[in-house]
Amino acid sequence: MDYGHSERAAGAPSLPTAIKILIAGGFGVGKTTLVGAVSETKPLRTEEVLTETGVGIDDLSGVEGKTTTTVAMDFGRITISDDLVLYLFGTPGQDRFWFVWDELALGAIGAVVLADTRRLADCFPSIDYFEERDTPFVVAVNCFDGARQYRLDEVQAALNLDPGVPVMLCDARRRESARDVLITLLEHAMKTREARRRSIEG
Amino acid sequence: MAVEDDSAEDRWVDDHAGPVVRPYAVTGGRARPVTGTFDLISLVMATRPDAGGESGLGPEHVAIVALCQRMQSVAEVAAHLNLPVGTVRVLLGDLMARDLLKVRPPGGGAGVPDESVFEAVINGLRAL
Repeated sequence: MDYGHSERAAGAPSLPTAIKILIAGGFGVGKTTLVGAVSETKPLRTEEVLTETGVGIDDLSGVEGKTTTTVAMDFGRITISDDLVLYLFGTPGQDRFWFVWDELALGAIGAVVLADTRRLADCFPSIDYFEERDTPFVVAVNCFDGARQYRLDEVQAALNLDPGVPVMLCDARRRESARDVLITLLEHAMKTREARRRSIEG
Repeated sequence: MAVEDDSAEDRWVDDHAGPVVRPYAVTGGRARPVTGTFDLISLVMATRPDAGGESGLGPEHVAIVALCQRMQSVAEVAAHLNLPVGTVRVLLGDLMARDLLKVRPPGGGAGVPDESVFEAVINGLRAL
């Protein structure tokens, strides 16, 4: 395929379609590492600043004294073609930032839940979150040096996953491995859509 | 002197110092864009080579127009300008109101992308 002209002149008729995949999991499990392994540039960071006055505020004059919290999200980009761009967003690790997850999850085509077998429980909240919202997801067990190796069916049982949810091993540092996780997720997401469509029609 | 661990995960937690400039100072205290909704992956692109000659724009507006000569997502604009996303949304709204930017919502605006999009992404990833 010819990806010759990646830059378009300003005023060109159409912009590409953007889609996003979330990379979730416990703190320090390798989310940013995975994003960086497969993205075309090093991970970028974007921040949301939240004030304790909360949502619904249109003018911040006079609230300068209120406490603000910054939530950072690391993300990367893969340009698939001139018409299609894939973004990967690492979710904030802390549970108190669930409301940021809601914004991130909106419109996401699926999620990768990274797991570390030494701290398997760390990924429970992510799995609960995506199960509740019917977001297609796969579980990728990041193979850390020195971690005891478990069989995938043991991990599946320990996480009490629906048998249809793919569980795979990965090395979040390796591009091919990260790519294979994303491909597995997309194939799973396609199957899930097809199954839902059939259940609605049937 | 302790050796600083500069890994990305560590920087993630150590960012509590906060921004040097208050986040909404560059928007004059405005927390909502005058027009448009800007998803993190909405794509934005400038409609003009520069914002020169436009009055009432700040340096951040001009910087966004320069940056968006090449198509960018809202998240990328925020990251490159080192400004919070909420601030950038306000600035993008100002530019859109002046027709200096065009915006494409994620998924082509139709919500969930269709099957051909999934297949194209899978094929594109295989080719990496």
